[in-house]
This record gives sequence, C-alpha cells and structure tokens, in this order.
Amino acid sequence: MKRPLLVVAALALGCIPFVHADDAAHGEKLYTAYCVQCHGLSGHGDGVNLPALTVQPRNHHDTAEMMARSDEELFKAVKHGGKSVNKSVLMPAWGGNLDDNEIHALVSHMRNLCCRDGE
Amino acid sequence: MKQGTLLAALVLGGLLQAPAALAAGGEELVRTECAACHALERPDYEALGIQERIDRKGPPLYYAGNKFQQAWLESWLQNPTRLRPAGIFPPAAVREAAESDVIDPDALIQHPSLNAGQASEAAAYLMSLQYHDDLIEANGYEPGSIAQRMGQLNFTKFNGCDACHSDEPGYGGLSGPELYTAWQRLQPKFIASYIADPVAWDPNTLMPKSGLNDDAVSRLTNYLKLIGEENP
Repeated sequence: MKRPLLVVAALALGCIPFVHADDAAHGEKLYTAYCVQCHGLSGHGDGVNLPALTVQPRNHHDTAEMMARSDEELFKAVKHGGKSVNKSVLMPAWGGNLDDNEIHALVSHMRNLCCRDGE
Repeated sequence: MKQGTLLAALVLGGLLQAPAALAAGGEELVRTECAACHALERPDYEALGIQERIDRKGPPLYYAGNKFQQAWLESWLQNPTRLRPAGIFPPAAVREAAESDVIDPDALIQHPSLNAGQASEAAAYLMSLQYHDDLIEANGYEPGSIAQRMGQLNFTKFNGCDACHSDEPGYGGLSGPELYTAWQRLQPKFIASYIADPVAWDPNTLMPKSGLNDDAVSRLTNYLKLIGEENP
C-alpha cells in the first residue's frame, strides 16, 4: 500500500488523532533527550547505541509498522517498556521518569515522524 | 605515637591541612572553576523542565559527597579521563552516519585537570556537598557476591543495562557512563540507590527508573562490584 493511502486509512481508523502543535514540539524535545540514543537523531532506529544492541530499535519513519500500532500501544510501550507489548527488554519503561502528558507528547512526535513528514 | 596523635601533631605543625581547612580552600576553587558546568546547588528542576538536561554541561555536584569515592575523585581531577563516551548529553555530541549515529569527537568537552594540591582541596570540598543524605540513609544495600555469569545475565538479558552502558571496555552502549569502573568511582549505597530510583537523585536523569526490587538492585550492584574489582 502506498504511504498516502496508509495515512488516509490510519486517519479513518483514528490512529492519528488531532495533535496540538505545542504537544508535538514538547514531544520532539523529550524525544531528543530520551530516545535518540537508540532510535537515532533522525528517528530511523540507528542511534549511537545501535552497535551494542541485539535488537534493532523501531524505525519511527516506517509508516507501515507504525500504522499497525495504535496510539494506546505506543503509549504503553513508552510507559511500561518493550516487555509490556511483547517486544524487547532493551526498550525501557519510562513511566517512572515521564508523566502521562509527556508520554502523550512523545507519541504525538512519533506520529509526526511516521506519518506527517512532508505534509 | 598512635596514628591519631601523629595526625593531630602533623596538622598542628602545619605539615598537613585538616579536612575542614582543605574543604575551605576547595570551596573557592570549585565555585570559581566548576560552577559554569556543574550544579553546586539543586537546580529548580520543576521550573526548568527537560531544558535543564539539554543544557547541562556536566554532572550535578550538589550531592557529590553522597556519590563519589574521595580518593578516586582526587585522583581523577588530576588526570580526568572520559567516563561517558558520548559526553554528558549524547544527542549534542553525535552526528548521523551511514550505519548509525556516531560520536563526534570535536563536540566533546574536555575536562580541565587540576594539580595535586588543587585536586585535594576540591575533592575535600565536593565531599562536603551531601544534599541527598536522606537517600543514602534510606538505602539498605550491603555488598555481596554474585557469579560472573549470573551478574552478566542480569546486566544484559534480564535488564538491558548494556543498551547504554559498558560492563567491560569495548562492550556495551555508548550513551551512558562506563560501569566497569563504577565501583572504584562511586559509593556502594549510591550505586544501589541510583539503580533503584535515579529520578530521586536527578529528576532529569536519562536513566529509566526501573522499579526493580531490592534483591534485583543488589544483584546488579554486586555485579558492578565484581567487574569493578576486576578493573582496578
């Protein structure tokens, strides 16, 4: 499926909620602080820690993979860690560091990376 | 002459500086030379938010006396080696490359070195900064032992510490400080307390608060003891 069709389908399914610009900007800042070490400066899953990892971090620009997951799943993975969504223990649980609003902001930024670039 | 009597005689004779005098001398040095990059008082994390972490140039030192081993600190200040391969804030010191992001050596800040006298005074003063006595007193860790294999499994497969930290030179992630020297550098109860709840120490820490129970924390701390003693 071509990417525009994926995005339209995702919008129809409610996978891309309305995102407030301030949330996404705050999310980008949090992403830079907490996520890029593994997910990469650009979010392609190629951070500076990659050579030490036994599992490739999620490429947040992979529209098909990201569209296959709801916002609730992304929120859960960030808050409770990879194990909570049957993924790698290498993805930590950030719920002890970030509050729910901050995690929602991160999810908004991930949605920008996967599905809104170039809009 | 007993050891204490000898020490007192040397101090009174001016041959050695008493710890308080050392610390007093170190305060001016630390406040003049270190405060530009290191927090000597607790920042207003609540007001500054994550921007404080993004702007940070060096580890906070207002709880240095709860954190460091004084002898190591004094030695390191004279010969500062890099403990964090990607610097204090890795995103500021890496750049994109073909396979993965890589460390940009030109973006790393070099820590200045002190002479022996300065290092002694600075270390003495830094050890007086004990903002988090409460966290140390609340921690019940007692050093123990763990088999190499089990410790390594805890560090890697069970908890994923190796994603960010190295447990031996050349093995492990680059964004966090090396941990094969943690035992020499840090106080045991600090290590255990920080593993259990890094946010209590540093609200803007980039280390996840794991929620590990005391036994799991002890296993990891004992592993750092094991590998630290192998890397004197």
